[in-house]
Amino acid sequence: MNLFYIVFAPLIGALIPLLLRRTSRPVKTIATVAIPLSCILVAWPLAQQTLAGDIPTAIQHWLPNIDFDLAFRLDGLSLLFVSLILGIGVLIILYAHYYLSSKDSDSRFYACLLLFMASMLGIVTADNVLLMWAFWELTSISSFLLIGYWHHKSDARRGARMALATTGAGGLALLAGLLIIGHIAGSYQLDAIFAAKDAIQAHSLYVPALILVLLGAFTKSAQFPFQFWLPHAMAAPTPVSAYLHSATMVKAGIFLLARMHPALAGTEFWFITVTLIGLITMLVGAYFALLKHDLKGLLAFSTVSHLGLICMLLGIGSQAAVIAALFHVINHACFKAGLFMTAGIIDHETGTRDMRKLQGLLGFMPITATLAMVVTAAMAGIPPFNGFMSKELFLDQALNQQLFGGLSWFVPVLATVGAALSVAYSIRFIHDVFFNGEYKELPKQPHDPPKMMALPVLVLASLCIVIGLIPMLAVSGILNQAVSSVVLAPVEVKLSLWHGFNIPLLMSAVAIIGGIVIYSQRDQLFTFNRQFEGQDAKHNFERLVQTVCDSANRLFTHLDTGSLQRYMALVLIAVIVLVIPQLIDIVSLEGDRSQQPVDFVSLVGASVLMIAGFATAILHRHRFIMLMMLSVVGLIVSLAFAHFSAPDLAMTQLVVEVVSIILMVLALFFMPQKTARASTGHRVFRDILIASLFGGIVATLNYGILTSDFETISDFFIANAKTGGGGTNVVNVILVDFRGFDTLGEITVLAIAAAGIHKLLNKLKPFIPSSDIDGRPWHRIKHPLMLTNVANLVLPMAMVVAVYIFLRGHNLPGGGFIAGLIAASAMILQYIANGVDWVKDRFNVNYQSLMSFGVMIAALTGIGSWFFDRPFLTSWFTYLKWPVVGKFEFATALLFDLGVFLTVIGATMMILSNFGKMTTRHRPREEGN
Amino acid sequence: MEALFSVTVGVLTACSVFLILRGRSFPVVVGITMLSYAVNLFLFSTGRLTIDGAPILGTNTEYADPLPQALVLTAIVIGFAMTAYSVILAVRTRGEIGTDEVNEQDSGESSR
Repeated sequence: MNLFYIVFAPLIGALIPLLLRRTSRPVKTIATVAIPLSCILVAWPLAQQTLAGDIPTAIQHWLPNIDFDLAFRLDGLSLLFVSLILGIGVLIILYAHYYLSSKDSDSRFYACLLLFMASMLGIVTADNVLLMWAFWELTSISSFLLIGYWHHKSDARRGARMALATTGAGGLALLAGLLIIGHIAGSYQLDAIFAAKDAIQAHSLYVPALILVLLGAFTKSAQFPFQFWLPHAMAAPTPVSAYLHSATMVKAGIFLLARMHPALAGTEFWFITVTLIGLITMLVGAYFALLKHDLKGLLAFSTVSHLGLICMLLGIGSQAAVIAALFHVINHACFKAGLFMTAGIIDHETGTRDMRKLQGLLGFMPITATLAMVVTAAMAGIPPFNGFMSKELFLDQALNQQLFGGLSWFVPVLATVGAALSVAYSIRFIHDVFFNGEYKELPKQPHDPPKMMALPVLVLASLCIVIGLIPMLAVSGILNQAVSSVVLAPVEVKLSLWHGFNIPLLMSAVAIIGGIVIYSQRDQLFTFNRQFEGQDAKHNFERLVQTVCDSANRLFTHLDTGSLQRYMALVLIAVIVLVIPQLIDIVSLEGDRSQQPVDFVSLVGASVLMIAGFATAILHRHRFIMLMMLSVVGLIVSLAFAHFSAPDLAMTQLVVEVVSIILMVLALFFMPQKTARASTGHRVFRDILIASLFGGIVATLNYGILTSDFETISDFFIANAKTGGGGTNVVNVILVDFRGFDTLGEITVLAIAAAGIHKLLNKLKPFIPSSDIDGRPWHRIKHPLMLTNVANLVLPMAMVVAVYIFLRGHNLPGGGFIAGLIAASAMILQYIANGVDWVKDRFNVNYQSLMSFGVMIAALTGIGSWFFDRPFLTSWFTYLKWPVVGKFEFATALLFDLGVFLTVIGATMMILSNFGKMTTRHRPREEGN
Repeated sequence: MEALFSVTVGVLTACSVFLILRGRSFPVVVGITMLSYAVNLFLFSTGRLTIDGAPILGTNTEYADPLPQALVLTAIVIGFAMTAYSVILAVRTRGEIGTDEVNEQDSGESSR
């Protein structure tokens, strides 16, 4: 469970800074920093297990059917990254406390940072590759928020978009790759995937899967040719850059390579691709780092370069190379985070990051300068700092690989060139900023930062020295376990500062001298590079995005013409085209079921129904007549239900018909009464063709169903309705008992529809006709006397009928739906006869509450069964003896039906009364009124 | 009887589809409503046609299939909610944009 805490504490803790929004910054900082600190405390005992060679795991099943579980592990590799993420995370939070200006929202910053931390922790501890991918995507999103933190700046927004687009696209490729791998391995658990190494590498989909996974890793780790997004992500606040681009985000790609190493590495394809890409990235990054005038730009490209170096080592893939790679992961995180923080301090205290303006700051910022020199020396690989050792190991590996046969010699040569460039830009970072004469003009008077702001850098710089001097004590324990979880064998790491006089040492010396030479000749390099300027990656990227958007838009305007007619026609034609071949394949449509003779009543009913249907369609331009025809259709449908043994349906259909025709007549009041223009003959012909084909298909299917025999599950309902549900009306028992949960869903939908309509009517300004269709003014008597009297007489009777229908529903046709609709239609008659205001004066019920009350009663009835240790909506019934009335049945289902009853009344009345209000509220006023 | 029933459902469907393909909102709403009648009849008929077999225990020896009936009963009520929603949407659209055409103005004119 502790493993869950490590991931979920920052995830949930991201809310804490937001909740503390109104407090002062120190409170927020302490609350925020407490979260990773508590994670470190929790992780400590687990880390001891890991260091002893165990792998603590934790699993919580989530979606076991697709092998997607909340499974976490803390092997050596995870532990290494967890330590970096948490440790540097704490320093970053402290640093940000001083870095952020009082205008910046620190709550939002801390929240995003914690979210990001949680997603990184999730990636590195996930034991299930799908879970790892989910966190992977979460880092893309949270880093987007962090890079775009200053969202009022356009370059921040662009940089954030670019990072999201690039790493997000890579993430999708990664998902595809992981799915293939999981498919081959038969599981998404890491151990299973490692065990299936041979199967994966022998599979024909190995290369596509590897390419997809590498796309994910290379986009995230800004490897060539995806290196372009990282420098633009420098628009982020410096703490973000320090965190994302030293220890976390970009290392996620490296982590992925290391994580999948046991399953994917070892093939020719892996060797060549990963090594070459790493080598190219290292050189490209180092070259551009030297050219940048922006401090953070230099660091960004240097990060690209160092990631290339690590990537190349993982490509070589031997045990020693993996040791060098993971060792450099630690070292790079230490010195690069320190460097970014230093750059941030310089920016913070001088107001600029431009190395052409910064000069001679040594005297003004002695502490900063000292710390900067330590971390820069580590980056350049100068002894006795930690960077020196990992660089030596790297050069050794470059020298000893034999991947490219006779051409293998070019690898160490290029590696030395890369190292020399690295020395050159390191010198530039120090010499240009702290020496090189006096500064001329700076936005601020430079001085050392507050001591607490320099503290995180001091910690990191000390680490660089400690790891450099006593590497075995400092990192060998964690490195042993980390490397062995990559090569899947116990490993004893041997690290020492002094390797004796050998070729790598010579290469280092060449690199340092070469670096100094390159730096001294840098002006020529700048001049040379000037001819390539104007090639801004951001603009190219934007242009690419724009082109894609434009072509998508062009495609879309052809598909999305804004014509409903066209969409409907396309959908219907698609159905026709897909279904007709299937129907042709049927040999004999008519089934074996014995058919019934046509009786006279059915024939008349069917004829009327068809005639009314045709009339509705043909007379559609005379809208009122169309509605009358529609109501004929509805009534005959109701009779059809009655004829074919469905009294409940007949009653429901009848009342719904009344209510919906009233509603549509009301709506017609606000609509044009006639359709002005008819469609062209061509279109009408096409529509008739579609309609006939569609109707034909439906009729065919229906005939096929009706004439074939079937098995039904209804025998169960019929057998158990009385004994289990306590009612003889099986349909009603199904509704309120057997399938009560469905009904609960249905009344909820009804309530939602009514609420939606309520919102639609909000601030509606309908067209109010001042006269009827033939130009006659409305009659001055709004409420005819006869209708008023009849309505008043009908209301009490209808209510009694509704109650009666409701109560008998369990045993005879009736129930909540029907009773509710009967009551509603009687009340609608009141509205029609007397007007909204008249009713409101006498019967002022909030229909919204009535409706919500109904849903609530139904839901509570369901919950009630929990108190008797029964599943949701279990019903219970008993027989009570009442005086006079006699034996009387009481069922909890009746309560549920009451909820249905109230919801139906509430929803129906809410729709109609609100809509009806429109006619009176906005009606042109009449004389004497 | 079965043939008559299916032809009726087919005719109702065809008429509704024709209405749904019209260019004004009101006929479309009426078409949707009528289509829901047709669909209800269709669903109802999956329990096959029975005369004098209402599923009220104790009244008959052979009962009609109660399950499609229960499904269709709620479908009728939900159908009402849908009709109400779409008709009020149509009214609102007319109130907002001043026309009841279902096509976007520019393309609607040209496709006519």
